[in-house]
Amino acid sequence: MSEHIIDIALIVNGEQVSERVEARKTLVDFLRDDLVLTGSHVGCEHGVCGACTVRVNGEVVRGCLMLAVQCDGATVETIEGMSDSGEVADLQAAFEQRNALQCGFCTPGMLATAQELLKRGVVPSRDEIREHISGNYCRCTGYHAIVDAVESVAKARAGQ
Amino acid sequence: MKITADSPPVLSALDRPNSYIGRSVPRPNLARLTQGRGQYVSDIALPRMAHVAFVRSPHAHARIAGIATEAAKKAPGVIAVVTGAELAKVMTPWVGVLTHLKGLKSAPQSPIAVERACWQGEAVCAVVARTRAQAEDACELVEVSYEELPAVTDPETALDAATPVIHASLGDNLCFERKLDAGDVDKAFAESDAVVEAIFRTGRHTGVTNEPRSIVADWNAGEQRLTVYEGTQAPHMMQDLFAKHLGLAAHQVRVMTKDVGGSFGVKVHTYADEMATAALSKLLKRPVKFVADRLESFVTDIHARDHRVKAKIGVKQDGTITAFEIDDLTGIGPYSVYPRTSGIEANQVMNLVGSPYTCPNYRAQTHVVFQNKNVMCQYRGVGHPIAVAVTEGLVELAAAKIGMDPLELRRRNLMADDSYPTQSASGLKLEKLSHHEALAHLDSMMSYAGLRAEQASLRKQGIYRGIGFASFIEVTNPSAAFYGVGGARISSQDGATVKLDAEGMISIHSGVTEQGQGTEAVLAQCVASSFGVPLDRVRVVIGDTDNTPYGGGTWASRAAGIGGEAAWQAGKALRQNVLAVAASILQAKPEDLDINIGVVVDKASGNERLPLDELARIAYFRPDTLPPGFQAELMATRHYVPRGWPFAFTNGIQASYLEVDVNTGFVKLLKHWCVEDCGTIINPQLVNEQIRGGVVQGIGAALYEE
Repeated sequence: MSEHIIDIALIVNGEQVSERVEARKTLVDFLRDDLVLTGSHVGCEHGVCGACTVRVNGEVVRGCLMLAVQCDGATVETIEGMSDSGEVADLQAAFEQRNALQCGFCTPGMLATAQELLKRGVVPSRDEIREHISGNYCRCTGYHAIVDAVESVAKARAGQ
Repeated sequence: MKITADSPPVLSALDRPNSYIGRSVPRPNLARLTQGRGQYVSDIALPRMAHVAFVRSPHAHARIAGIATEAAKKAPGVIAVVTGAELAKVMTPWVGVLTHLKGLKSAPQSPIAVERACWQGEAVCAVVARTRAQAEDACELVEVSYEELPAVTDPETALDAATPVIHASLGDNLCFERKLDAGDVDKAFAESDAVVEAIFRTGRHTGVTNEPRSIVADWNAGEQRLTVYEGTQAPHMMQDLFAKHLGLAAHQVRVMTKDVGGSFGVKVHTYADEMATAALSKLLKRPVKFVADRLESFVTDIHARDHRVKAKIGVKQDGTITAFEIDDLTGIGPYSVYPRTSGIEANQVMNLVGSPYTCPNYRAQTHVVFQNKNVMCQYRGVGHPIAVAVTEGLVELAAAKIGMDPLELRRRNLMADDSYPTQSASGLKLEKLSHHEALAHLDSMMSYAGLRAEQASLRKQGIYRGIGFASFIEVTNPSAAFYGVGGARISSQDGATVKLDAEGMISIHSGVTEQGQGTEAVLAQCVASSFGVPLDRVRVVIGDTDNTPYGGGTWASRAAGIGGEAAWQAGKALRQNVLAVAASILQAKPEDLDINIGVVVDKASGNERLPLDELARIAYFRPDTLPPGFQAELMATRHYVPRGWPFAFTNGIQASYLEVDVNTGFVKLLKHWCVEDCGTIINPQLVNEQIRGGVVQGIGAALYEE
C-alpha cells in the first residue's frame, strides 16, 4: 500500500496542514476523518446530494468527488472557516430566521452553494436560485424557505 | 380552526404576559447547525473506535452453505470477522409482533443472517476494522457460498399453494389479515345510482434521510455499561431493546441522540445491522461505528407503501356516498419489523379509507404477506397516503360518474363540523374536526370557480389541466392504544423535568427528541410561557436516556402534543414551587404573587418584588435565612399521556392544479394548496414549514419516487 500513501500540504480554513493520506481518500473523508472538520457532511458519496460541498481554490466542489491528494497545494474552505470569518453570517442568520433548515444536514453545503451564487453580485431571480441550488438535496424543507432566505440576503446585500 | 400568519397573535385570556404560544420564535439549536457545529452520529469518534462494514446477500433468498473468513481476517486493519452464528452467542433474535393485531405472526430475526439470507441486502457477515475503508476492503475477501432458494416476490401469489413458504415454521406467507364490515354494504351498493370500481397500486418507496442511519456502540467492560450514540427517534425504546437482546438490564444501557440528519419515521425501528453493531461492541469490548452508505440504505432502510387496493364506491344521484369497499394487499419483507410490526400500515389503510365522510357502510379486508424483499414498516404519514389516494380517487370517479362537481360531492358527504364527538365507519373516535370550514377556506384560497373556468377554456386550446382534491384525517398523538396494549415497550407517556438554576435560568429535560421538526423550540416555548421567563433563559436537554425522563420519543406528531404538554405542566409546577419560596422570602402569600418575564411580581399591581437570580441565590446559598422547616424545591417533573382518546385526530384538505402533456405523458404541477387544522398552534412558522416539507415529500412520492 505504501506507494498509495502520499504526503500533501494545503491550506484549510487559513491554516497550514501537512498530512499523509491514502491516494484513494476523498477530500470530504480527509476533512472529516483526518482534520475532524465534521461540518461537511457525507450523504450519498457519489456527487448527487451536495451535503459535502466545500470550496477549493475559491470554487465550489463536491468533497466526495475530489480526492484529498488532488488538493495538494490548494486552499480549501469549509463551513467552519466560512463561519469563523463571518463571510456567510448574513446567510446563516437568514436561514435561522426563516427556518430554512430542519435537520440541518444539508445546510453547510447549501450555504456554500448559495454564497457562490450571491458572490456574483447580482440579485438572482427565484428561479435562478432554485436552479443554482438544484444540486443540493434537502429532504426536510421542500426548498421554499431556503429560496426565501437566499433571496432576502441577495436583496439585502444589494441594498434593496 | 384558524389560519395563522407567521407573526405574534393578539394575546388571549390563556396567555400570560410572557407567552410564546402562537409565536414564530427561532429555534434555539439552529446556529450550531448553520455553522457546521452540530453533532450527528456520523460525526462521532471515540478512543479505540473500530468501524464495521457488512457483507450483504446478493440473493433475494439463499441458504448460506459456508462463509470463508480466513483471507479477510488477515487483511490490513481487520480486527474481527464475525458471522451470524458467532454473533448469535451475544445477542438473541427478535420477533416483530403486537398482540392487539390479532393473528399477526413473524419469524425470529437475527442481527446477522444465520443459515439463510431472506432478502437482497440482508447482512450475512460483519467485518470490523480500524477504518471503514479497511473494513470494506476486507468484505471483498469474505467468501460466502450460497445455495439459491426460490424467491417469493409477487404479493398476488404469495398465498398460493404453489408458492414456496419463506418461513416453514409459520406454515404460510401470511403475516396478518383483518376484515371489517360496518353497516350494510351490500344493501347500500344495491340502492346506489352508480357504483364505481378501480384498482389502486402504490409502489415501494422510502424516506431517504440525508444522513444515513448511523450508530456508535460503546461497551465498557469495566463499567459493564453500553453507551449507544444512535440517530434514532426513540432513545428509550432502543435502550430497552438493546438491553433485552444483549441480556443486560436497561440501566446498563445509555442511548444518546443529539443531531439527527432527517428521520421521517425511518429511524424509529430496530435495524438488524444497528443491533449487530451493538452486539459487536459487546463482543469486542470497544466502540464500534456503523454508518450505512447510500446503496445499503436503499436496501435496508425500511420501505413502505407497496399496496394493491381493489376499491369500490357507491353513490346516489344526489351525491350521497352510500358505501366504500376495499380489498387491500401488501407485500412486506421476510420479517415483520420489530417492535412496531409491519402490520400497522395496512391496519391504518383499513381504518382511514372513507374516514372524512359520513357514509356508515364500509367493508374492508387486508392481507399482509411476506416477500423476499427488504423489510417494510412505518414511514411518514403511515398508511395515510394510500388510504387518501384510494378514498379520494373513488370520490373523484363517483363525481365524474354522476356528473357532479367533485368539490360539491365532498361538501355533501364530509362530516358536519358540529357533529363531534362522533366516529368513523371503521370505528375511529373523532373529536373537533373541521372538514367544512377547511373546504370552504380551500375553495376561496384557490379561487376554485375561476380555476375551473380557466381549465375549460384551456382545454379548447388543447391544453390539459387537472384539479384534484384530498380531504383527510390524520392520526396523531397516540395513546397506549397504539403500541403499549399490544405488548411493545414503547412509551405513550412522556415526561419533562424543569429546573431553576443558581442564576435564575431554566433548564428542561424531556423524553421527546428532535430531528429537525423544532422540538427544542416548542419545549422551550411551553416552559417559558407556563413558568414565566423570557425564551432565552430556557435551555433544552433531550436525547439522553441517562438524563431525561422516560418517554416515547418523537413520532406520530407526539413531540408537541405530548412532550409539549408535559413541559407546560412541569413549568406550571415549578412556578408554584418558586412562588412558595418567594412568598416565604417576601412574607407574602403565594397566590398574591406571579412570575412575569423572569421576575417575581405582585399579581395585582405587577410591581417587581424579587428577581429570580436573587431568589435562587437565597434558596441555594442562604437557605439558613428561610423559615425553619421550609424546603425550597426548585426542580419539578410532570408526565403526560393522552387518556381520553386513543388518538388526537386532525384534519385538512389539499388541492393540486397540474398540466398533462398528452403527447409525452409528462405531468407538471402548477400549484398546490393545503389547509390543515392542527389545533392550537405553538409556533406558526414551524407548523407551516413542517406542512410545506411534508407536502413536498408527498409530491415527490406521487410524481417522482418509486
